[in-house]
Amino acid sequence: MIRRAVGFLDQRSGAGSVLGKALRYVFPDHWTFLFGEIALYSFLILVATGIYLTLFFEPSSSQIVYHGSYAPLHGQEVSKAYASALDLSFEVRAGLLIRQVHHWTALVFLAAIVLHLMRIFFTGAYRKPRDLNYYIGLTMLTLAVVEGYAGYSLLDDLLSGMGLAIGNAVALSVPGIGGQLGTLVWGGRFPGSDAFFSRLYIAHVLIFPVLIGALMTLHLALVAIPKHTQFRGRRRSEANVVGTPLWPGYALRSLGLFFCVAAVLFALGGLVQINPIWQWGPYEPYLGTNGAQPDWYLGWLIGALRLMPHFDVVVAGYTLVPNPFWGGVLFPAVVFGFLYSWPTIERRLEHDQAQHNLLDRPRDNPRRTAIGAALFAWVATIFFAGAADRAFVQLGAPYEGQLWGYRAASLLVPIAAYFLTRRVCERLREGEGHPGRGSGARTVVRNPEGGFEELAPEPAPGVADSDRG
Amino acid sequence: MKLLLVPLRWAWRLLVAAVLLIFSRRDDHQVERELPASPRAEGAVAALLFAAGLAGLAFVLVYAFDGGDTQLLGVAIALALGLVGAALVLAASRVLPQEQVEEERPRFAVPAEGEERRREKEVERAGLSVRAGLDGVTRRRLLGSAGAAAGLGLGAAALTPLASLGPRVGKLLEESPWHEGTGLVEENDLPVRADELEVGSFLTAFAEGADKRDLAAAVVVVRVEESELQLPPERRDWAPQGLLAFSKICTHAQCAVSLFRYPLFAERSPGPALVCPCHYSTFDVLSGGNRVFGPAVRPLPQLPLRIEAGRLVAAGELSGPVGASWGGVREES
Repeated sequence: MIRRAVGFLDQRSGAGSVLGKALRYVFPDHWTFLFGEIALYSFLILVATGIYLTLFFEPSSSQIVYHGSYAPLHGQEVSKAYASALDLSFEVRAGLLIRQVHHWTALVFLAAIVLHLMRIFFTGAYRKPRDLNYYIGLTMLTLAVVEGYAGYSLLDDLLSGMGLAIGNAVALSVPGIGGQLGTLVWGGRFPGSDAFFSRLYIAHVLIFPVLIGALMTLHLALVAIPKHTQFRGRRRSEANVVGTPLWPGYALRSLGLFFCVAAVLFALGGLVQINPIWQWGPYEPYLGTNGAQPDWYLGWLIGALRLMPHFDVVVAGYTLVPNPFWGGVLFPAVVFGFLYSWPTIERRLEHDQAQHNLLDRPRDNPRRTAIGAALFAWVATIFFAGAADRAFVQLGAPYEGQLWGYRAASLLVPIAAYFLTRRVCERLREGEGHPGRGSGARTVVRNPEGGFEELAPEPAPGVADSDRG
Repeated sequence: MKLLLVPLRWAWRLLVAAVLLIFSRRDDHQVERELPASPRAEGAVAALLFAAGLAGLAFVLVYAFDGGDTQLLGVAIALALGLVGAALVLAASRVLPQEQVEEERPRFAVPAEGEERRREKEVERAGLSVRAGLDGVTRRRLLGSAGAAAGLGLGAAALTPLASLGPRVGKLLEESPWHEGTGLVEENDLPVRADELEVGSFLTAFAEGADKRDLAAAVVVVRVEESELQLPPERRDWAPQGLLAFSKICTHAQCAVSLFRYPLFAERSPGPALVCPCHYSTFDVLSGGNRVFGPAVRPLPQLPLRIEAGRLVAAGELSGPVGASWGGVREES
């Protein structure tokens, strides 16, 4: 039966040999390789649950009087977008489940991408020939952040409106073109024309998902063409790849992972409440609430907006660079700019033009690991600063003191992280054995005088090839 | 005593075995094996799949008969998915044959010298054949610039419709419904009366007749002791009876300034201030909305007030542009 199906396909597309090759594609095994798969599977679940949500959601800012099944809001003027999101949550059977799964999945999607990025960074997997694919991955991360922001902004509840107000201010802050950029995207002055919700909607359900999907396809192709990277180990070299073939073995395991990811996300969506928009209420530009927080992947930006001291660049009396630019545009531009340029910087630093298929362990390249640790520690510090208002509202920690503490920490933590990480890596490298590189045993010989001396150890094979070049 | 010890010892051994089984490094998948590990594994996979089917059915039943309780639906579908996941993982590691395969990688640019030169030649040949196709063309430069011109013109034309997305910014961001004589109304459109506001209170008001969603329409009205005011001389009569009005939109990132800090113990606390909940920009009320903390740079625009027959009315326009700063905003320095 299987043979006939393959034969049928082969006679009409010549796909038989391709299929045969694909089935024997080799996956080297390491648990950190799963982050990317989790991101991929989250994306599939996002598309599936998102399509379901579009069948009920009405992306319109036109105002109606609410008469749905959530009594506390009866008689209130709300937008159709907000009302339809409430109906979706309360009146559509399984609607709330799917909405919450969609939101949880978005959080997991971004988290998986960031962990995947860290794995790629710390193991040097971005080196030639995979630098191209690394750029594609970074681009998908930026798109995914914007996509998530557009998604939770669509509901037109109080939190999403506050987020959009900040987004508009950040757009206005772009030097030179900001004013026009803001009025173009919003169709006028904030909160914008009715058309803005149509734009946000089509961006969220079509433009960004299609872009991400297309890049994801390319990303997977560029993984498969040079084949997977692998850690050093028995039989493993730069020229080969050792692992489990897709069939039998890896396909079922990966499919199993898909089902497990889906199970966790559906359990979260069913059991753990997320974004109860009926509690926030509808948005009006004159309404705000204390302790408001965005989804986690925007926390670093709100932190940067909070930490930035109050200064604008004023030229001839005009505000050339308003304050939100520093935290909302410049900071992410610096972080992503560094990530995009790092493979090039490292190639220059190490004079390394070679192809790399074997991964480094973080300790194998202390400088890279220390720089990565500093970068991620910097972003994480600023991320936590974004939650200073929660610590203030819930724990009573004085806000001003926290802010000054975070300002100092955002300068000191990366430096400390750099030196600490570098030292730890070097110490780990000094005294170790590794299955792929011998036991780490020292050779001791007895000299003619009867004493013992240690032979100089051979250069550790674990040192990145580039270090030798 | 001995009777008690024996089962205890067995329980201990079972516990150790279970812990070892769960936490020990299982290199099963590294082992090469052609036949299912055990018929028991096949049975377990089948049982998990049957159970997944039942959980899926439970989802349908909850949906149909329980009114679609979110938690039960979530548990049912999560169980169904999780059991399938477990079945697949178990099948992959215990039922299907296991093998480790070694495979050659394709090489893109090989350091070996001969190979390198061959590659370079290939690249060169590709370049040559591109050029060969253009050999008959004599006025290459002319055609090249003509092509660039076409690309530029067409690109500009393709982007132009984007300008329809929004109006020209012009004076748009400076518009305000507040003028001399505009009345202040509450959210329910009733006029704001001076005697309704006590010292230390806070009210959101709007320009009479304006769209409440207009960014410039909303102001906050607060009342402080008139004797405490420290307004600059030109604003001396902007706050009758200690009533002050400010734009409600933060000049940093346009959130609504919805927190009012009014000190109960004036000697020990900082003065009354308006605070934006988004990034905690804090504006001093007594001096006319100057920033005292946070990332905002411009002061909160103040609306001069006067009292007409007991109701609050604007005595002029807002003291500055409403909302976030942008390139067209003049900043007092």
